[in-house]
Amino acid sequence: MRATTLLSVAVVATVATGLACRDRTAIDKAPPSAVATDPGLAPDFALIDLSGNKLELASYRGKVVLLDFWATWCVPCREEIPHFVELQDKYRDAGLAVIGISVDDEVAPVREYYRTLRMNYPVAMGDAALAARYGGILGVPVAFIIDRQGRIQMKHAGQTEAAVFERDITALLARK
Amino acid sequence: MRFLHYRTLAAVGLVLALGPTALKAQRAESPRISTAEMVKALQLPQAQRPLVIQIGFRVMFQQAHIPGAEYIGPGSDAAAIEQLRKRMQPVARDKFVVLYCGCCPWDRCPNVAPAASALAAMGFKNMKVLYIPNDFGTDWASKGYPVQKGG
Repeated sequence: MRATTLLSVAVVATVATGLACRDRTAIDKAPPSAVATDPGLAPDFALIDLSGNKLELASYRGKVVLLDFWATWCVPCREEIPHFVELQDKYRDAGLAVIGISVDDEVAPVREYYRTLRMNYPVAMGDAALAARYGGILGVPVAFIIDRQGRIQMKHAGQTEAAVFERDITALLARK
Repeated sequence: MRFLHYRTLAAVGLVLALGPTALKAQRAESPRISTAEMVKALQLPQAQRPLVIQIGFRVMFQQAHIPGAEYIGPGSDAAAIEQLRKRMQPVARDKFVVLYCGCCPWDRCPNVAPAASALAAMGFKNMKVLYIPNDFGTDWASKGYPVQKGG
């Protein structure tokens, strides 16, 4: 019985170490991100999310925020979302908050995707005024990574590897 | 009943398997116009200028669109395709028409192929799709090509 337990622990530990190494390798190999040399404050916004709650960027000060502009019909956007869900789960306690801003014309398909993709972070509908304040969203997906002080540190336009997001996020989470 | 169930599953599987391939084939077949050619086309005398239709998303259209373009809605949406058919019904079939999206990279765009297909089926012979390799911001607006806001 004891031997079986020890073997199980060893197997679990080996697999976990292997996964951790794989994650680490992917992060280390991720292409470099364009990091802002003089980061500006992320434009504040106050929206109502799909659940009817207030979504104010200012209230996220002290957290690292991944702000994702996306659309339901955008295949690259949809492919990124499961990674954001994983990242939100993995780094929630460390201070990560993912926020989705949909640029869909209608809210109905967004609600459907929110449920289907089991999104575990707030999503609100965006508009042209908000998009313009973020430098223009003339293509999706576009993701901004905002540090604990509310400054935009990285911008990723187009589909981006999960390892790149994880590398950027963990670097900012490490800064207090 | 079980047979029906399997047939349904098979049909769904086939659609899922062929969907991206079919879209890719439709994109490849659509006659293209480059951004440089498009800029020239916008300078043609009024009567010869193309009817430009954006089949991307409204938030993008409101921020910046090709001057004179009309917004229809994302071409991947059946309602938008219906709207496109209604809009184009009275238009002469030899009219120079340009469709564009620019929501995402050309080979991932879900919107241009269904819209181009719909117009081809309606008999539009002088219809082209604006080739936007990356997105509208990168390949049009950032290059200083003309844009209009609002709408």
